[in-house]
Amino acid sequence: MQTVFSIAVDALAYGMVLFVISIGLSVTMGLMRVVNLAHGAFAMIGGYIASYAARDLGLGYGLAVLLAVFGTIVIAVPIERLLYRRIYGAPELTQVLMTIGITFCIIGIANYAFGPTLKTIPLPPGLEGSVDLGFRSIATHRIFAILCGLSVAAALWYLIERTGFGVKLRAAVDDAAMAAALGVRTEIVYAVSFAVAVGLAALGGVVGAELLPVEPYYALRYMVTFLVVVSVGGAGSISGALIACLLLGGIDTAGRYLVPEFGEFFFYLAVIAIVCVFPRGLAGRIR
Amino acid sequence: MKRTIIAALAALTIGGAAQADTIKIGVIGPFSGPFALQGKNFKAGIDAYMALNGSKVGDDDIEVIYRDVPQPDPAQSKALAQELVVKEGVQYLAGFYFTPDAMAVTPLLEQANVPLVIMNAATSAIVTKSPLVVRTSFTLWQTSTPIAKVAKDAGVSKVISVVSDYGPGVDAENAFKTGFEAAGGQIVEAIRMPLATNDFSPIMQRIKDSGAEGVFAFLPSGPTTLGFVKAFNENGLKDAGIKFFAPGDLTQESDLPALGDAALGIQTTFHYAVSHDSPENKTFVEAAGKAIGNPAELSFPSVGAYDGMHVVYKMIEATGGEQDAQKAVDAVKGLAWTSPRGPVSIDPESRHITQNIYLREVTKAEDGSYYNKEITTFEKQGDPGLAALK
Repeated sequence: MQTVFSIAVDALAYGMVLFVISIGLSVTMGLMRVVNLAHGAFAMIGGYIASYAARDLGLGYGLAVLLAVFGTIVIAVPIERLLYRRIYGAPELTQVLMTIGITFCIIGIANYAFGPTLKTIPLPPGLEGSVDLGFRSIATHRIFAILCGLSVAAALWYLIERTGFGVKLRAAVDDAAMAAALGVRTEIVYAVSFAVAVGLAALGGVVGAELLPVEPYYALRYMVTFLVVVSVGGAGSISGALIACLLLGGIDTAGRYLVPEFGEFFFYLAVIAIVCVFPRGLAGRIR
Repeated sequence: MKRTIIAALAALTIGGAAQADTIKIGVIGPFSGPFALQGKNFKAGIDAYMALNGSKVGDDDIEVIYRDVPQPDPAQSKALAQELVVKEGVQYLAGFYFTPDAMAVTPLLEQANVPLVIMNAATSAIVTKSPLVVRTSFTLWQTSTPIAKVAKDAGVSKVISVVSDYGPGVDAENAFKTGFEAAGGQIVEAIRMPLATNDFSPIMQRIKDSGAEGVFAFLPSGPTTLGFVKAFNENGLKDAGIKFFAPGDLTQESDLPALGDAALGIQTTFHYAVSHDSPENKTFVEAAGKAIGNPAELSFPSVGAYDGMHVVYKMIEATGGEQDAQKAVDAVKGLAWTSPRGPVSIDPESRHITQNIYLREVTKAEDGSYYNKEITTFEKQGDPGLAALK
């Protein structure tokens, strides 16, 4: 029984870290219909900014997180205006080629500017160490990651389902021309949602940095995992992404605990099975 | 008339070749991509050697030509080696960070009449693949065997082994197991984790549940190491008094600033620490630090490359610049010198380097930086892995 609890706690923590990083990608792919392979690169930029702010400038963790999120948005908005705007509605291959190109550029720049070594983001004393749960101990920053995941999920759900902006966004996604005819400034809606998605990527990059350390190849190293989460969850669905993260986190963690020799066999087996049964993901929107 | 001129020109070129020539050395390694740091270290070691010893051997100029294989890719490595030999006319091949890349090149050596000096790839078997291979780095058997004795001496008799599931990981597991069981210890469990593991908490839980008093771990240096060591501390294994043993890949100098306090007290055995206290190493670190730009990025592949260049220079000296691979390799068999890592020699039989292995502990220096502090020396260690192959 203790083993089951133990696996469940680890799975929840890992799943939530995956969720915080991947949900931004789910927004760009599902709501904006852009296959954004540069998502990992934006998460990495967030990580670098936070690391620089907290370690080299000595700022507090909270301030570093805010700087990372807004700094990444400031970097990403010109990229959106100059490059991404051209590929909205373009064929997927065009989008893939351009975003992977951006990724390689960012990797090169990060490597040149910060060097190839690992960068850490020092945690505040409150998040260091571990908490005793009675049957085992868990790192405090993982509890923080779980809380971040839950609040991000709630905030996004509220934004998309309950606010005027959410209505405009959903209208622009379903029929951009009609929405524009009705007076919705679609380019602003797109720019704002892109900024939100990038900000979430940066937040995920910072919060997940203890599990996925920041280094130049971060941008590509974990991209497959993020894409798997989005395709299993169904692009654009918050609840889908949440379920997918918990499910995949659970399978991966249980597999690694019980039969580590099989490696990622069960993880990918589950992915294949889910995608066979639900080709559009667990909660995919029907186009 | 025309024919005479051509003949004269040909005679001139051939005559010139015998006197002063440019001898080319082809170096293959990861100079871009996720392992670029290790390639950078190769280059730093080579540049340092040439800065200290000149770029001439006798009358011959030495030219190093680099080729990039970002990730383990035997086919590309072989193609590049062929290109270096045929198009560039290199007389020596060197470098190689990954075992499969080096293995793919060994069948070419005899026909190309080119010796291969391995500056890193650490699987025991490579030297048996061709008589023209010389290695100046280390093997996992060589670095992992002494730690078994350290573990037993520390009063630990039950150990769980946790390694990444790939060639060197399996080598490390076997080396430790052989050494530890010979010392009278017991391996309670051996776990092989997939290379792409990000979250190590479940593994830590398993270590805890196994009831072992110590853990032997091997992961390739880089991002995963950080996650592993952090998970070890955060899941309360350090506080529970479980001892941590590993070969030095886990605490390579360029990862230490990121590992920070989490790594304090970890004991590893390895052939080289940047902090090694000797005049030779001081000179080396200064030159290599200048070559790499940022001295904090200096790590063990640089010393393998530095000594590799030493071996190549000795080969060129012995052959007088003529291309004769067998003669060149024979000339360095038994060669002994003082490397930045301490006294070393090339074992005449295996053509692998015999060297001291040091037990080190991660320690905080007075200026707040972290380094591997050498505690004990295991002198003149050969490669036990070759004996295990037979």
